[in-house]
Amino acid sequence: MSNTAKFLEMGYAILIFVAIVGVILFIANRFSGRKGDRAVASAFLAPTLIVLSVGLVYPGLRTVYESFFDAAGKAFIGLDNYSTIFTDSDEITVLRNTVVWVLITPFFATGIGLLYAILVDKARLESFAKALIFLPMAISFVGASIIWKFIYEYRPEQSGIKQIGLLNQVVVWLGGSPQQWLLNKPWNNVFLIVIMIWIQAGFAMTVLSAAIKAIPEDIVEAARLDGVKAWGMFRFVTVPSIRPALVVVLTTIGIATLKVFDIVRTVTGGQFGTSVVANEFYSQSFRADNQGLGAALAVLLFLLVIPIVLYNIRQLRASEGR
Amino acid sequence: MTARTKGRGAVAAAGVLALALGASACGTAKKSTTSTGKSGCEAYSQYGNLKGKTVSIYTGIVTPEDKPHTDSYKPFESCTGATIKYEGDKSFEAQVLVRAKAGNPPDLAIVPQPGLVKQLVATGAAKAAPAAVQANVDKFWNKDWKGYGTVNGTFYAAPLGASVKSLVWYSPKEFKDKGYKVPTTLDELKTLSDTIAAGGKKPWCAGVASGDATGWPITDWMEDMMLRLYGPAEYDKWVNHQIAFNSPEPTAALDKVGEFLKNSKYVNGGLGNVQSIASTTFQDAGLPILDGTCSFHRQASFYAANWPKGTKVAEDGDVFAFYLPGVDTTSKPVLGGGEFILAFSDRPEVKAFQTYLSTDTWANNKVASSPAGGWVSANKGLDVNKLTSPIDKLAAQILQDPKAVFRFDGSDQMPAAVGSDAFWKQATNWITGQSTKDTVNKIEAAWPK
Repeated sequence: MSNTAKFLEMGYAILIFVAIVGVILFIANRFSGRKGDRAVASAFLAPTLIVLSVGLVYPGLRTVYESFFDAAGKAFIGLDNYSTIFTDSDEITVLRNTVVWVLITPFFATGIGLLYAILVDKARLESFAKALIFLPMAISFVGASIIWKFIYEYRPEQSGIKQIGLLNQVVVWLGGSPQQWLLNKPWNNVFLIVIMIWIQAGFAMTVLSAAIKAIPEDIVEAARLDGVKAWGMFRFVTVPSIRPALVVVLTTIGIATLKVFDIVRTVTGGQFGTSVVANEFYSQSFRADNQGLGAALAVLLFLLVIPIVLYNIRQLRASEGR
Repeated sequence: MTARTKGRGAVAAAGVLALALGASACGTAKKSTTSTGKSGCEAYSQYGNLKGKTVSIYTGIVTPEDKPHTDSYKPFESCTGATIKYEGDKSFEAQVLVRAKAGNPPDLAIVPQPGLVKQLVATGAAKAAPAAVQANVDKFWNKDWKGYGTVNGTFYAAPLGASVKSLVWYSPKEFKDKGYKVPTTLDELKTLSDTIAAGGKKPWCAGVASGDATGWPITDWMEDMMLRLYGPAEYDKWVNHQIAFNSPEPTAALDKVGEFLKNSKYVNGGLGNVQSIASTTFQDAGLPILDGTCSFHRQASFYAANWPKGTKVAEDGDVFAFYLPGVDTTSKPVLGGGEFILAFSDRPEVKAFQTYLSTDTWANNKVASSPAGGWVSANKGLDVNKLTSPIDKLAAQILQDPKAVFRFDGSDQMPAAVGSDAFWKQATNWITGQSTKDTVNKIEAAWPK
């Protein structure tokens, strides 16, 4: 296809879009008065609902359905794929890793973000200090992973060979010998998690900093008059006041962590016992050609995310309702 | 090992360039300047006058490697008047199946694996090779090659290019200084490795890191050892799962690889301990030969492109390769890869072009249009003396050797669950400490039932 043809096609697509919007507006316009409200609302909602059901609900149900079938998607095998996930030694490692990720990442990222937010609050150059820690958020997961891969890079301890990884160079300066950070099980998982924390701490800091600034000045003033010290202020004033924001940050990072894929895939490719559910789902579906197991892993991930999403939404409502 | 994965390094390196050029490269037909009845067209008279006819060819070979291809079509275009529409697409391997199933296949496709040829034939869209092509393949190729283009007894796809994997890179200078001789049997190779190791040097360097394809170089090693220890017949049984992956022969073959790669006296020259094989990229793995910290690196002919600029790749240069020897000097198994040309149309002009691609004329034209080298074919009509790079010459000599028994990369022919997943993954686990027994058992368990 030539470029002109491509542009023409794009032009048609835009025209079709405009036409559809026009039709919706036209239909909505036909109804007026209070009785028409319902009709207008459904006219506007219909496209979203249709697109959602085609693009989300149907594939979701289809995935659940496929998870009961074998690798080729032909023979019904019941819950075999699920039992594989919970019995195969490699798959159990995957589950273990996901649990470790979810247990460590949200708390550390939120903790670091909170600490930083409090430390730089009302400090000189506050916005500059915040920008520093927020910057990783602007980098894609893949970009961040490549940066950290260089940090963890290993070169052997041999004359004439220089370390090119920052971490190993520091270790060598301190008199240690270089380590294969990404290879040594199970600690390599922790080195991957550090990347996620590095990215997410900025997000936690931004949200929590805003929440801290929203704490009414009179509460702070009153506490200070009562002679509350820094720790007490943190424990009894700051944390309770920003509790909804804290929960939202924790759960949001928790969800992102459950679905983590880019980091593992870029840094280790899931090798050396570092795979997580999302990565395993991808490699089973698209590399191992095992549709059934891939679908089962996707469903498992879905089931794991749902409770956190529900809790997240409830807390979000609660914090908005305040 | 698929061509797709092989290309990954180069693709990454040329990423930006490819992105910039990609838009113009894919989907754009190459126009030719056409004028029929020229001199030098005698070899093309058999194809007749094809003025105004167009043949489309679809491939995964993109910029800059596409130019030698399109250049090699020019004599055909100018002599017959036909136009060849070349379409390169990086996602060829997935897209060609989609197009075949959807009913709009190209006229011809350059398919990099026999497995994909089978899949495409199974869609029912492919056409059997015309008699002229079959005659050319009988004349110019070993029957091993013809077998890879045959599905259920019908010959479909003629071979195009080829690559040799059974090569060991070394430093000719080191060999000269130390008085080493190129080993001619596996035992000699082992003895020489022991001699070098006794001198305090780690003779071998290896690396298998390759993104999500990490582990594939070990699969090549194992295939090479399987071919050497048990011969082509047993190799075919193993590849086609007529013997289990964890039966004694494959297990012994992997153990044989372990004698080299898991031997802490042998590896990993200039790169660390045995485990460092897992974290060293396959692109970097042979480079210690240049530093003199390593003597041998087993890797395919394409590795020639990996040496830094200014490295002389020749028998009297900085680095060169020798044939990974068999157990004795009489057997010459060659592990390799290659591409095949598959037709989805039997229009006369398509048949004519397909026939042209199976001739020695085309093979030599292709060589002439690849001035930088990097391309060989197992076509016996290929004039080895016309090849410009010494490594291409070596590869062509190995391929054309009448004693050579060619076998296609086995992991490419295994089901995806094994060939592009479990085999790589477990091979990586193996090099980082998993036992041979656990490794073959786990790969066997992953084989689709």
